[in-house]
Amino acid sequence: MTNELEEAPLSTTAERRAVTSVSGVTPGQEWAIVARGLKREYDMGGEIVRALRGVDLAVRRNEYVAIMGPSGSGKSTLMNLIGCLDTPDAGEYWLNGQLVSGMSDDALAHVRNKEIGFVFQTFNLLPRSTALQNVELPLVYAGVSGDERRQRATEALESVELGSRLDHRPNELSGGQRQRVAIARALVNRPAILLADEPTGNLDSRTSEDIMRVFSGLSDHGQTVIMVTHEPDIAAHARRVIVLRDGLVETDERRENFHERLSAFGSSVVG
Amino acid sequence: MAFFEAVKLALSQIRVQKLKSFFTLLGVMIGVMFLIAVVSIVEGMGKYMQDDIMGKIIPINTFNLRQRPAVTIGNVTRAEWLSWNRRPRIKDEDIAPVVAALPPGSRAAVVSEEQLSVESKYVAKPKQVDASNVSYQYFAIKNLGVTEGRVFTQQEDALGSPVVVIGQDVATYFFPGVDPIGRELKVGHIPYTVIGIAEAQGSVFGQSLDKFIVAPLNSPLKALTNRHGVIDQIMVQSPDAQTMIIAEDAVRSVMRSRRKLMPEVKDNFVLETSDQDLAFWDKIKGYLVVAGIALPMIGVIVGAIVIMNIMLVSVSERTAEIGVRKALGARRRDILAQFLVESATLSTVGAIVGVLIGVGLSALIAYLSPLPTHVAAWSVIVAVILGAGVGIVAGVYPASRASRLDPITALRAE
Repeated sequence: MTNELEEAPLSTTAERRAVTSVSGVTPGQEWAIVARGLKREYDMGGEIVRALRGVDLAVRRNEYVAIMGPSGSGKSTLMNLIGCLDTPDAGEYWLNGQLVSGMSDDALAHVRNKEIGFVFQTFNLLPRSTALQNVELPLVYAGVSGDERRQRATEALESVELGSRLDHRPNELSGGQRQRVAIARALVNRPAILLADEPTGNLDSRTSEDIMRVFSGLSDHGQTVIMVTHEPDIAAHARRVIVLRDGLVETDERRENFHERLSAFGSSVVG
Repeated sequence: MAFFEAVKLALSQIRVQKLKSFFTLLGVMIGVMFLIAVVSIVEGMGKYMQDDIMGKIIPINTFNLRQRPAVTIGNVTRAEWLSWNRRPRIKDEDIAPVVAALPPGSRAAVVSEEQLSVESKYVAKPKQVDASNVSYQYFAIKNLGVTEGRVFTQQEDALGSPVVVIGQDVATYFFPGVDPIGRELKVGHIPYTVIGIAEAQGSVFGQSLDKFIVAPLNSPLKALTNRHGVIDQIMVQSPDAQTMIIAEDAVRSVMRSRRKLMPEVKDNFVLETSDQDLAFWDKIKGYLVVAGIALPMIGVIVGAIVIMNIMLVSVSERTAEIGVRKALGARRRDILAQFLVESATLSTVGAIVGVLIGVGLSALIAYLSPLPTHVAAWSVIVAVILGAGVGIVAGVYPASRASRLDPITALRAE
């Protein structure tokens, strides 16, 4: 990996208008994510698809980041790498001070359990389990004992205002409630980052606003949030927006004047 | 992953899909049911052999000195048979030395037996019965009592009085509507006075044990059961098992020295005990138990294949769930364990249901047939372990498939 890192074309920085330069960053406690030269290729029936072509990324603790990009831009691939569901073909990825690129499957499972809270577009709750059981799940894999598990899961559900729905199964909950159960589940193990993949993709706009308020609240309380979305309205809640195109970071901007850019992006990409 | 969580999950799957689970577990259930039932029949027959059959033929702490075994279950080779025939018979002269050698508390009875035609004036047709002339201790040794009349005395025995104690079937056949006591029964044209009717002995494998007459050892019947000077057997009973071993040794050494057998020569007589005869039964029982296990195995193997199939379906139905679990931190072994426990739980439940049905079936057989079934504890344990084992074996492949799923692909599945 080290060799590949040296080969990683940092010269491509010139092609981007990066707000945060990664070259000067030392992975450590203040950085939730440090990624250098991430590359990922897929073999799609003989044709090599270069989904990521050398992405540099650094996210500080407490940041609230949205990752955008048209389909095929590599944002899903990047999310899988950030989420430790996949490993890069080249490049280095530091999560919360640990080098995770090149870890074994089981080690990655452990990192996912401890450091990452997933929120999915389709909620991905276990249908036969109650809200409480769903939220307990990460704690089960963390080896937390029954009583503590129940207590922590209950607290997590109360924090998303679902304290009265502990024993409801997903099909007895509304979409917004389901997503809040998923958020509680993502947060219950106090992860380094909350990683949301199109968190409002299956929700109506009012419920979406609701969920976004929850995210903002979490961010205000110091939670690092990374959200993949293609909806500019949703991305607008983040304080930093990274736009990918063709497997590279196209823009990476802080909140300052980002509304204009966002609407420009919206009309050029989504519209 | 907590073991009980997985068990609970598996049990809730069964609850939700009762019919599907029933069909899934049918193979294991039927296999285990037959295992329990067959073993219970075999065990029951064993108990029956021991208590009813052998107990009636050779009583407890008793052995018979004979030329050859009376009961031969299993294969006897022709050569063996011929060698038995060449052996000398037990003789009248053997009686006194054998009885003299017995340890205190033991008693002996001489028995000679033959199938003989018997007639009475109340029935036109004569009939074959088991006729034996025995010494008076016979009744005490065999614990054979009478329902009417009496058994014969030592004096009658010594004098050779023409009296008989008859079995229930003999009484009903030869004396329809009349009291047999004091009436005559003819064997070989010699009349015998009926002095007692023995207690019913029941039957063994449909053969009545009540078709017999017993006359004193020295009665004229002796001429019909054996040629002069020869007897069939000396029955020896000891008060307990230890004394019986001493008695056996004493009788063996008396007989060997009387027959002048060199130490390297084998006995040319047998000391037949019920245990010996039961050894034959144990051999047969061994085969039956193997058959009783082998046949249900077919059901169990079919059951295993069905369970494997269902688990594969379950894995593919729950791909998304596996993806979620992996995303939330489940390692391969967590997923593997989850599906293995689920599959093992499933088939153990099947085995337990099979055990219950098997026990019920065994009770039903005992109720509807003369077979006294007996559910063996070991068969229940084997069945349940078998159930869990089948589940684990059948679950290995589906569970390892589940554990190897790529989380990204799995998460995309719906």
